[in-house]
Amino acid sequence: MPTFVYMTRCDGCGHCVDICPSDIMHIDKTYRRAYNIEPNMCWECYSCVKACPQHAIDVRGYADFAPLGHSVRVHRDEEKGTIAWKIKFRNGTEKSFLSPITTKPWGTAIPKLADVPGPSKEMRDGQLLYNEPKWIRMDDGGLHTLQSAGLKMKKGVYY
Amino acid sequence: MFTSNPFAELSASIPPAVMQTYVVIMIVLVAAGTLFDIVHKGSAKYFFENWRKSKSKGAKEVGGGELMSIAVQTAVVDVLASGEFCNQRRRIAHLLTMYGFVLHVVATAVMVFGYPTTATPTPGIWSALWWIGGLLVCAGGYWFWFFIRVDVAAEGHSPFRVMHADLFILSLLASVTLGLIWAIAGGGLGVLFALYIVATTVLFGSVPWSKFAHMFFKPAAAFEKRVSKANGTAENLPTLTRDDPEQQKRHSMELLQDAPMDMGLGIKREAPRHY
Repeated sequence: MPTFVYMTRCDGCGHCVDICPSDIMHIDKTYRRAYNIEPNMCWECYSCVKACPQHAIDVRGYADFAPLGHSVRVHRDEEKGTIAWKIKFRNGTEKSFLSPITTKPWGTAIPKLADVPGPSKEMRDGQLLYNEPKWIRMDDGGLHTLQSAGLKMKKGVYY
Repeated sequence: MFTSNPFAELSASIPPAVMQTYVVIMIVLVAAGTLFDIVHKGSAKYFFENWRKSKSKGAKEVGGGELMSIAVQTAVVDVLASGEFCNQRRRIAHLLTMYGFVLHVVATAVMVFGYPTTATPTPGIWSALWWIGGLLVCAGGYWFWFFIRVDVAAEGHSPFRVMHADLFILSLLASVTLGLIWAIAGGGLGVLFALYIVATTVLFGSVPWSKFAHMFFKPAAAFEKRVSKANGTAENLPTLTRDDPEQQKRHSMELLQDAPMDMGLGIKREAPRHY
């Protein structure tokens, strides 16, 4: 499902060029708009689709499993800290999702790892990973479950 | 210098009618080039097809009054204020170049047609506008060319690497810069004047191969984008937002219950230049 660019929407800002982990989003030499130089090397990570401020990048589904007429579009709203998806099926069914991408304002909760003392020999030889058991809170009343958090599992997918 | 009309002084060597014919030829070249560009690229066909598709899929009908208000918004925000740019530096550079070019071209036409000889003294304002416009184009254009251009800023290429997409900006900068240098050097006929005319002819004559025509199709695309938002299709983009109290009740929004509505900027805090 390689990406492609709506040329009338792209303003050539370079965010997709910057973020593409495959380095295949480049600037066209004739129109100075972004384009995918090597669609078969696109691993469909959606990084460029989410980073594009103009929503100029879309992803084309392969015809065998995503026939014409479908649409999968995303809006990553950094300021609100959310990501919204709209999935449109070929038969007209639409599904919309909204999820958090951060719970704290950006840049305010970066762990200061340089200030953390190095692990002792016992910690190195132990089974626990960095910050365990503190961050999984096993030392704080056992395993946290849906039940202990007062939540209930409902049948089916719900949002 | 800033109050003299270089074209009136030139009339001693070139008859005003020749200069006026040249300006008319340039206008015709832009009009013909734009039409050719529209037909060749099929941009008008694409625009109207997209328009029809969006209209047929729209959840609600956009009325004439609303269309008019969208057209005014497009003209004010997207065209006059270059509102489409997300990068403020690019937006400022574009505004400088755009208004500079308009002032420069209009002042040139007024001076060539209205005050073609020294017998009709040119009001200082038109000469001043010609200079101010030219300097604005240089400020915005060279800033863009050397520092903001995506090839340099995001791809990390040398500012001197020239390619097809540079035809418009380079011919524009060459035309305006050579025009100003020609006027500073005292005007009249000569090598500088010949170079100025060559660069100007390339600028207006290369419309089908350059991005000159973007000034016509970009507003159309911005208008279409606003209409698609108004008619509910929004180009299939998600319309759910956290502001909506209904959405705040979603289970998935539980983690953001106490979070501020403005989280600041994430990846967009840094300019896209990690090449």
